[in-house]
Amino acid sequence: MPNRSQIQARAAMMRVRFEAAGAQVVDTPLLQPAGTLLDLYGEDIRARAYVTSDALRGEQMLRPDFTLPVVQMHMNEGAEPARYTYSGEVFRRQEHDPDRANEYIQVGYEVFDRDDPAGADAEVFSLMALQLRGLPLRAATGDIGILTAAVKGLRTTDRRKAALMRHLWRPRRFRVLLDRFAGRRATLEGRDALLNAADPLAIDVPMIGKRRATEIEARITALREDRDTAPISDSELVGLETLLNVRETMPFALEQLRDVAVDLPQITAALDRLENRIAALQARGVDVERLDFEAAYGRTSMEYYDGFVFGFYAEGRPDLPPVATGGRYDALTRQLGNGAEIPAVGGVLRPDLMLEIEEAAV
Amino acid sequence: MNLKLGVPSKGRLMEKTFSWFEKRGIVLSRSGSDREYAGKVEGIDGVSLILLSAGEIPRELAAGRIHLGVTGIDLVHEKLPRWEQQVEDISQLGFGRADLIIAAPACWVDVDTLDDLDAAAAAFRKTHGHRMRIATKYHRLVREFLTDAGVADYTLVDSQGATEGTVMNETAEAIADITSTGETLRANHLKILSDGLILQSQATLWRSRVAKYSTTEKSVLTEFLNRLR
Repeated sequence: MPNRSQIQARAAMMRVRFEAAGAQVVDTPLLQPAGTLLDLYGEDIRARAYVTSDALRGEQMLRPDFTLPVVQMHMNEGAEPARYTYSGEVFRRQEHDPDRANEYIQVGYEVFDRDDPAGADAEVFSLMALQLRGLPLRAATGDIGILTAAVKGLRTTDRRKAALMRHLWRPRRFRVLLDRFAGRRATLEGRDALLNAADPLAIDVPMIGKRRATEIEARITALREDRDTAPISDSELVGLETLLNVRETMPFALEQLRDVAVDLPQITAALDRLENRIAALQARGVDVERLDFEAAYGRTSMEYYDGFVFGFYAEGRPDLPPVATGGRYDALTRQLGNGAEIPAVGGVLRPDLMLEIEEAAV
Repeated sequence: MNLKLGVPSKGRLMEKTFSWFEKRGIVLSRSGSDREYAGKVEGIDGVSLILLSAGEIPRELAAGRIHLGVTGIDLVHEKLPRWEQQVEDISQLGFGRADLIIAAPACWVDVDTLDDLDAAAAAFRKTHGHRMRIATKYHRLVREFLTDAGVADYTLVDSQGATEGTVMNETAEAIADITSTGETLRANHLKILSDGLILQSQATLWRSRVAKYSTTEKSVLTEFLNRLR
């Protein structure tokens, strides 16, 4: 196993390479206010991050990644365009797998640039690939923006679309919602009686709690509206299902997705972006003919990405986490920008895993 | 050294544990006064009784400081990640039965399932500017259950007792707690979600996989387990 100083030396070397590519070195505090992370990730983050606290500042988390603090820093004081690099420890609580590290070094590269998003995507991916050159890795890519565009363009109510968008990251719940909106699920027992009642709140239990009667009534109104809404059409549903199953090398994936766009024309603009990205990757010397693209890639693990996503995996080592991951997170800058926003894309590398794979190959 | 058996130090759980063992010819008792937490074991040699709070028994088993212990499935699953690797389930004792459930106010006529809870949580966050609070002391179990069910926009708030009262006091919107008859839930105007059963618990005898067993302790353990059959 590589030791700490070897890992740090490798991290420093990679950071220098990112600097040479034009990035400014940044650092962020190890302790992050828990509130921002909780707002972004929800309660799930507690299972993944170490929480500590003091009476003065309240709950703090040991930095689970750099992206969030780097975005905050850029939104507060950054000049445009900007390229940043960093290396340092991140901490991940582990409750299920004692073999997974709970503390490791990440080296990252982030681009905040309004011009040429396809070029920025390709820049980040090819710089990562360059750092990883020679290692037996398989790259996977995807694009959350295509699925997002498909959902936002469905011919159904805004409420349904918002519900689907909210659970884009939870495939199982997304499926349940989609089936329900397509009329493929039986209505809940007793639900009709509730919705048909003249006064559903005429009950003999007291109103308690902070969720008031008006909120309950509002949801019943919403449920009634939804009952009276036509199901999502079969052609749209089939289109979505086909889209989610696309798994091909990049050029063929694009071709298949163009076919899907016959049923789901709303994804056309996102596919044009994919096409531009393929060209930009090719221009940087990436062998796109052999690069995998999965339309559903990144859906379960990469909450804040909303466009291009990628990961590099060790061949024949399914026990190892990805050696590098990254993607585009335009929406995150909006969420943290207090009204400001800027297109952003970045990625991180794990020097410890790189060294481990190198040692095993010897 | 003697084989160490940890048993809840108080109340019905202690009494029922004592009588469960007594039926199998092993007589456990508190030595001295009612206030003294020392115990004795009759009917088998080489076993010591350690009286502990039921909540501490999982930790003692996982640390290997006791070889055997009686406590609820809920506490073992909550307190010991990857519990199967640390303890072995020897026998379910048939008492102390309780369900860990999610309950919401009975007046929420629009909420019957986790699916409803999730939708209500989304709207609640929009209206009130904070996530829906679920009061519990079973943080890990509840979080894993809700993550698995795909419920979002909630937050867990810690409640170590009188959890059913938190909704009325508006310090939480829903709860996740242990119930056996549902009486306390009803009295506090709460209802169990139809798919809100997280875990069915009962008092269980566990063996520590971590504790060291000397040759003598091993043979005492075999004898002890034979007596329980």
